This record gives sequence, C-alpha cells and structure tokens, in this order.
Amino acid sequence: MDKNGKIVKVAGPLVIADNMLGSKMFDVVFVSEKKLMGEIIELNQEKAYIQVYEETEGIGVGEVVYPTGEPLSVELGPGLLESIYDGTQRPLDKIYSQVGDFITRGIQVKSISRDKKWRFIPLVKKNDSVSEGDKLGFVQETTLIKHFIMVPPGMKGKVKEIKEGDFTVEEKVAVLSNEGKDTQIMMMHRWPVRKPRPYLEKLSPEMPLFTGQRVVDMFFPIAKGGTACVPGPFGSGKTVIQHQLAKWADAEVIVYIGCGERGNEMTDVLLEFPELVDPKSGEPLMKRTVLIANTSNMPVAAREASVYTGITIAEYFRDMGYSVALMADSTSRWAEAMREISGRLEEMPGEEGYPAYLGAKIASFYERAGRVKCLSTEEREGALSVIGAVSPPGGDLSDPVVQSTLRVVKVFWSLEAQLAYRRHFPAISWLNSYSLYNENIKDYILKNVSEDYFDLQGSSMRILEEESELEEVVRLVGVDALSGSDRLILLAARMIREDFLHQNAFHEIDTYSSVEKQYKMLSVINHFYQKAKETLQKQVEIFSIENVKVKDKIARMKYTPKENVASIDEIKNEIDGELEALSKNI
Amino acid sequence: MIKEYKGLVNIVGPLILVENVKDVKYEELVEIELSDKSRRSGKVLEVNQDKALVQVFEGTSGIDIDGTKTRFLGRGIQIALSGEMLGKVYSGLGKPKTRNDEIIPEEFLDINGSPINPFARNYPNEFIQTGISTIDGLNTLVRGQKLPLFSGSGLPHNRMAAQIARQATVLGKNEQFAVVFGAMGITFEEAQFFIDDFRKTGALTRSVLFLNLADDPAIERIATPRVALTTAEYLAFKKDMHVLVILTDLTNYCEALREVSAARKEIPGRRGYPGYLYTDLSMIYERAGRIKGKNGSITMIPILTMPEDDKTHPIPDLTGYITEGQIILSRSLHRKKVSPPVDVLPSLSRLKDKGIGKGKTREDHADLFNQLYAAYARGKEAQELAVILGESALTDTDKLYFRFAEDFEREYVSQGEYENRTIEETLNLGWKLLSIFPREELKRVRDENIDKYYKKAE
Repeated sequence: MDKNGKIVKVAGPLVIADNMLGSKMFDVVFVSEKKLMGEIIELNQEKAYIQVYEETEGIGVGEVVYPTGEPLSVELGPGLLESIYDGTQRPLDKIYSQVGDFITRGIQVKSISRDKKWRFIPLVKKNDSVSEGDKLGFVQETTLIKHFIMVPPGMKGKVKEIKEGDFTVEEKVAVLSNEGKDTQIMMMHRWPVRKPRPYLEKLSPEMPLFTGQRVVDMFFPIAKGGTACVPGPFGSGKTVIQHQLAKWADAEVIVYIGCGERGNEMTDVLLEFPELVDPKSGEPLMKRTVLIANTSNMPVAAREASVYTGITIAEYFRDMGYSVALMADSTSRWAEAMREISGRLEEMPGEEGYPAYLGAKIASFYERAGRVKCLSTEEREGALSVIGAVSPPGGDLSDPVVQSTLRVVKVFWSLEAQLAYRRHFPAISWLNSYSLYNENIKDYILKNVSEDYFDLQGSSMRILEEESELEEVVRLVGVDALSGSDRLILLAARMIREDFLHQNAFHEIDTYSSVEKQYKMLSVINHFYQKAKETLQKQVEIFSIENVKVKDKIARMKYTPKENVASIDEIKNEIDGELEALSKNI
Repeated sequence: MIKEYKGLVNIVGPLILVENVKDVKYEELVEIELSDKSRRSGKVLEVNQDKALVQVFEGTSGIDIDGTKTRFLGRGIQIALSGEMLGKVYSGLGKPKTRNDEIIPEEFLDINGSPINPFARNYPNEFIQTGISTIDGLNTLVRGQKLPLFSGSGLPHNRMAAQIARQATVLGKNEQFAVVFGAMGITFEEAQFFIDDFRKTGALTRSVLFLNLADDPAIERIATPRVALTTAEYLAFKKDMHVLVILTDLTNYCEALREVSAARKEIPGRRGYPGYLYTDLSMIYERAGRIKGKNGSITMIPILTMPEDDKTHPIPDLTGYITEGQIILSRSLHRKKVSPPVDVLPSLSRLKDKGIGKGKTREDHADLFNQLYAAYARGKEAQELAVILGESALTDTDKLYFRFAEDFEREYVSQGEYENRTIEETLNLGWKLLSIFPREELKRVRDENIDKYYKKAE
C-alpha cells in the first residue's frame, strides 16, 4: 500500500492519524519513522485511532503512519518452546542480545528464529490426501515435545512432494496440490491473535488437571480444558499459586503470561524453570513452557495484546492434540489496560471507569479454553485450560473484573488476606472457593483415584464448615464450654487445615504432592477423626485424645518423600493402637 | 531548530494550551518565559493538530495569556549526571540547589528511562542485613528489591528508613551503599532529619539528595522520583555502585498526578486518581533491580503514608501490587512504645525465599520464620479471645501462644532505633522465644532443624 497516514494527535499510547481510508479495524500500522508498532482500534471517516505498543514520547503531529493491511498476528512454528516473548511476540532474549539491558523502541526482531534448522520427519507419504489440521510430519522441538507440522487451516489437497531433512521454518517441507494449484507448506505460519483458531467440535471436560497442590486436587479440582480464576488482594500468594501450577500441573505444554506484573517474577521463572524437573519425565520444566512477559513498566497497549498472543500460541499446541495449560497473571492488569485505552478514546465508561464491553471481552477470552476435537481427519483431542489471576483493589470481590470473571469460570479459588497473614499457604479459602467440575471428572476419579474420593472430600468440608460455626461459639463462651464431640471437630479441622491444606511451596518435598499421597493423607486424617469419635463414646476424656502422640506423625505426613508414600497408611495402625490403649485405661 | 511561540489559549490549573504550534512532540520539554522574564519549565502532555497541552512544573501562578512565550526544546526532560553528584543537593527537577552543588556533566540522560528487559534482569538474592529483626528475620530485604514502608501520619517511618540506611550491609562484603534520596512534598523538618542523620553517620558524602519540599511547586513532584531514579541507574549501572533509593512520600506524588489528571478532565478511577495510576507507579517502582553482568544494583524503599491508615486506599493498594512486599507500621504497637512498630502479620517480603537459607543466612531461617509467623498469628487470636472471655478461659496451649505473642512483641519486634542486631542474634532470639512451646507444636520446622536449634540457643 503506498498511501500513508499522517498523525494529527498524540495522547499517551493513543495516536490519531488522518488519511487512513482503506485500513481495516485491528490492522497493524507502524507509527513514525521510528516504526513503532500499533493497532487500529477505531475508524472515523478518514481518521484512524491507533493504540501504540511502544512509548510514544517524541512523536509529533504531522509524522507518517505506515499501514500494513494485516491484523496483529503471531508466528507459529518450531522454536516457540523455551522462548520468552513480550506482549507482541518479540523475543526478549534476542532483543537483549541486540540492544542490551533496556528495551529501546522500534526494534523489530523475528519471533521465531529464521536460521535454526529443524529435523523434519514426515508422517504422510506422497499422494496421500490431506486436509486442514492433518499432521504432515513433526519436529522434535524439545526432549519433551514433538512439534507437529499440520496443514494450516483453510488448505487441503494431495501431497505432491514431502521429504525428511533439516529445514528452517521458512523453507518448504511439502507441496500440496489441489485442483491443479500447488501450495508450498512451510513449518511456520501466521495467525491473527484476536481470532480463535478453529476446531471441529467442543467437548465437555472430563479429565481432572492434577496440580500437585492438595487444596486444589482434593477440594477444588480443575478439569483439563476447564477455566479457573484466582482473585485475591496483594500478598495473598496469587503469583506463587500460578507458578506452582505452571510447575506441577500435569499438562503437556504450559503458556505463562506475565501481564503487567513484576519484572523480577519473570526472571524468577526464567531462572528456576530450567532447573526444575518434571515429576513425570525427569526433564527440565522449561522444555514445555512458553513465557510471555509484558511487565508493568512495559507499554500498556502491548499488555492488552499479551493475553491474546499467549492464548493463540496455546491454541496452536492444543491443535496438535496436546493438553495445554495457560496461566495469565494478572487479568486485572489486562482489564486496566483496556480501561486506559478506553479512557483515551473518551468512551462512556461502565463500572469503575472500565469500558462497557469489559464483561464481553473477559467472557470471550475464557471461552477460548476447552476440550476440543481438533481440526483433522484423524480422531484427535486437545485441551486448553485457562487459569487467570485477578487482582481486585483492596481484595474487594465486588470489583467488576472479578464479577465478570466469576460469571464465566467454573472454578473459583478465593484467596484470603487473613490466611496469608497467618502464613497459611496456599491461602485458598476453603469456605468461599468452589469447583463446578466435580460432576465432569467423577468417572475418572472413581476409576483412577479412589471410590471414596468424594465422600472424603465431603466429610472434610463438613468438618471445616462446622469448625467455622463452632468458632463463633468459642468466641462467645470459650472452648471449655464445648462438648467433647465439638472439641474433636475443632481438633480434626485443625489437622485438615494445618497438616493437609497447608502446603509449603518452597519446601523441596512439600511443593508437589502426588494425588496418591494426597488421598492417603486425607484418608489418615479422616480415619483419625472416625476412630477418635468412637473412642470418645467410650467415655475417654477429650483432653487425652487431644494429646495423643500420633498427632505429630500426622503433622509430618506432608514431608514424606515420594518413595515412602506407602508408609503413610501405617499411621492408621498407630492411630488405632494409641486410641485403643486410651479406652482400655478407663 | 528551537521554536518559540508567543501567547497562550488558556490556562487551567497546572496546564497551559498553546496554539498554532508546528512539529511539537509528545513529552517534549518546554521552556516558558513569563512577561517578567522569569522562566519555568514544562512538558507536552498532548498534541492535537496545531495545539499543544503543556504541564507546567512550577505551577501557573503569574502566567498570563498574551505575554507568555513558550519554547519547545525538541527533547525530553534530561538530567545532567556525573559521579561528582555524591554529597550534593538538588531540587525536585534535578537543578543544583547552590553553586556548590553544580557539576561538570559526564552524561545527559532522559529521566523517563526505558524498561529493563526482563531477560536482562538478575534475580535479587543477596541478603541485606538491616539490623532490624522484623526485617532480617521475617521480611528479608535483598539487593535489587523494592520494599515500601506503609505508614500513617505520626508514625516513625522516617526514623525507620534512616535506620535502614544507616545499618544496611551485605554480609561478608565491605561494599558501601550510595544513597539516593528523593523527597516529594515533605516538610523541611522531615527532610532536615534525614540530612542530619546522614551527616552524623557520614553517609551524606555518599548520598545524592533531591528535595521537593511541601512549599515547592506540587507538579514538580511528578518529575522528582524519575530524576532520582535516573541518577540511581547511572550510579548503579555505569558507576558500579550499590544504590539504596529512598523515596518519600509517594502519597504526595500521587496527589500531584491526580491534580494534573483533574485539570485535563480525564475520567477518574477510584477516589479521583487517574486510571493509569498503576502504570505510572510501576514505571517508578520497576526501575529497581539488578542487571546481568553489572556490578551495581538499585534497592528501593519508597515510603507512603496511608490516608486514614487504610491499606485499601488506591495508593498503598496499587503499590502493594507492584512492589515485592511491604513493611506495614502499626499505630497500636507505636502506642505501646514498640520501636520500630512493624505490624508483622500483614508485612511481607516476596523475595525473601531466595535470599535466605544455607550460605546466605542460616539453614533454619525459612522454617523459623514460618513457625514464628504461625505462632504469632495464633497468639494474636488467643489475645483477641482473651479480651472477650478473660485469660482463664483459654486452653493451656492457647495460654502458651498468648504469652508467646506478648514476649514476641516485647523482645523481638521492639529493639529501639540504635540497636543493630546481627542475623545470628535475630535467629537465636527467635529460637529462644519458641522454646516455651513443646516440640510437637513446632509443625513448620523440619526435624533436623529442631534437633539442632530447639532449646539450644541460650
């Protein structure tokens, strides 16, 4: 396009340019000779309103705007894993080696390396008929992940040419011919971020996504292809939970978006993930991870784009048939970026100054999650689970971002400041949180974990609920006024809270609990409660039950290394022994 | 080519509007000459066709419509920098206060800086010993961290900040901190307290001070933290120094920002503060850190007074979301003469986990602070219960916790302004306090640490 625009107004990240007829909504443009990337967010006759992804300092009226005629897109192909990108998929490591410690403006770096050669191994033969989404071959991208090269959406034909060999992402690996027309297939293709990638059919989630976190897996589980949100005030441990899930969730690919958060947190992930080892494969966790880092001090418009960039990459891996988990920390910063741009556009605000379309944007973002039948002629399933942190002001859950999110997500892990002050981590409130996936995952759990998983979950929740009621009473009349059975409930609840729900993310063993271990732990506590109840009925003083030695053993179950998990069951015998001795002494 | 224009269209609050301008850039520095030939400076907030909206740092009083000249300087606001700045005093815009404070610049840098590439960051994990138990033991400060003090009017936050500046050392190293001090809208007396304290301890010769006092123009404050941090970046990353930046009081800064926002008739967010307050604050706080391959570092201690001690007020709230923890001062502890009155439970240092433990402080440190926190929290609950029911209604275990909470506040939290505790002393004190509990109560501590330290530290 030879027609360039001209800037008429600059106000922070919003630039208005004239003479832009012919550009479409959400097209990418380059602003000024500095070539700052921006996106058209409003068109008014010949004027285009552009949100600029970089600082606009030093940009003035009369400077030129170059339209590209294309929407904001990401590059998809081998080389995504182990990368760290900014909000518009510029690789931060490449920027670092080009310009040094600080991010300067107008740098253009290819998202995926054009020089690196990948070993391409075909999965189809010459003359096979293929259509969109079918696997043509694969590249062993990291030791953990086979990167499948698929026929890009919208294409089909007969394989005319395909060969094994080492290729860069821009070299042709196959030629498809369709109705006499030949199309070259490269390993890389582009996809607009605001457009969900296609699939055949959406399915209901039915497998749990185990995370190694006891409060999540046993109490408020999330399903593969499900959505969850973690709202909480600052200091309640949102980021630690997101990191824990990124580390230990049993998904095959992780996309972690640091959206408007701290720079040091991303550094932490960058330094820690290559060191941490996946419990299943023994490979470094980084080998399955893509990081998007648009920290709070990076340009606000790019923050708005970062969640879309992340979810498009996640969808791409889902289309290969993987189970993908995406963490967005924090969606509030994304919403604030929308609010800031909306304010500059002088739109009529909705609640708290957020734009009126906030709810719709949040809903359509989470709706991109799901378990799907992938676009392909073979039967293939992929799942994309989305877990968003929300940072409401003052931890107030009436915040519009929290409320809009709760309307669409199925799991709610509510973080409480009071728990965090007591250093009860993860500070997920057992009274306010919920998971709506229990029904979906029921069959899987009953078959693979245990028949009494849900009974155990139910009875433990009941004890905690009763504790909260009893606490009111204790506050009024003191613990001495309670009956023995009530005091036993307090004792059991304390065990559940301190010895089961509390989990130390920084302890080398406690940081990850296998579901087997979690189940055994909770069942020991339940066993103690049932036995103690019987003992109490034999006129044993509650005082002596409160002081049994085996309590110490129960408290240390969480530090049992994975080789010795079976030993947890033995605690049940000790409980029986000690409690029976008590009743004999009467 | 510098363009000069005569006359303004309007003046609203701290803003002036200039018409018929050409080639003006966003965020450009503007020099304003009043009818009486005195000069002020400003920056461009918005350019719209041929109109430029300019924010005047020194305020608009005395500016008239037809006699005022504006010159657009074609660059952003810069500060002249040199290693000679140590020991000198500057205005909130970085202008020398006296002739003595002038320097021969080695470099000019734009005060807005650029974001540090997250890939270039080095994770902060070097323990800084501040000599204050509640920080070292429970909310450990590390090099490159930003850890604010949340305080309220009348609380001794300045004294605590000065104590940190005085006592901070990195164990086993003999490097000294350079201090960059940015004052925004604080009183002369408060500023003088810091200057006197720095002078007394000899820190003044290693400090650069930027003072925007309460009677200085409010809008100038918007530039002050940026000027201070540009200087800190220069000292840290070009001169290899470890810089401690103290910024006080961020509440005044935010109010200046609100004033500009209101004058621009922007849609306000919470409590009238602009919707971009989070982004704006993060541009300040995120400039702390360490960079790969650089010897220097920037550690930041911003101070803010919470209006009505309300932690959910937008300023502390947004700050808490950006900074790596917070130290909160408590009015009730202050009344009990506990000094420094650190409210332990809601205080937090997010980076402590990587800065403590074997080889940094001691292997029992993590377990110990977890246990102290848990025990103190339970002790506080017991205290609340005792208020309603009387102490005798508590169970025996709760009585222990009750006593622990009292001892903890009296011996551990309270230490006075001039007591400089080593980390060993702080840790041993923690074990001493825990020794009133039977061993089974210490659930957060690993066996090997209990064996080694429980009831042994006398």
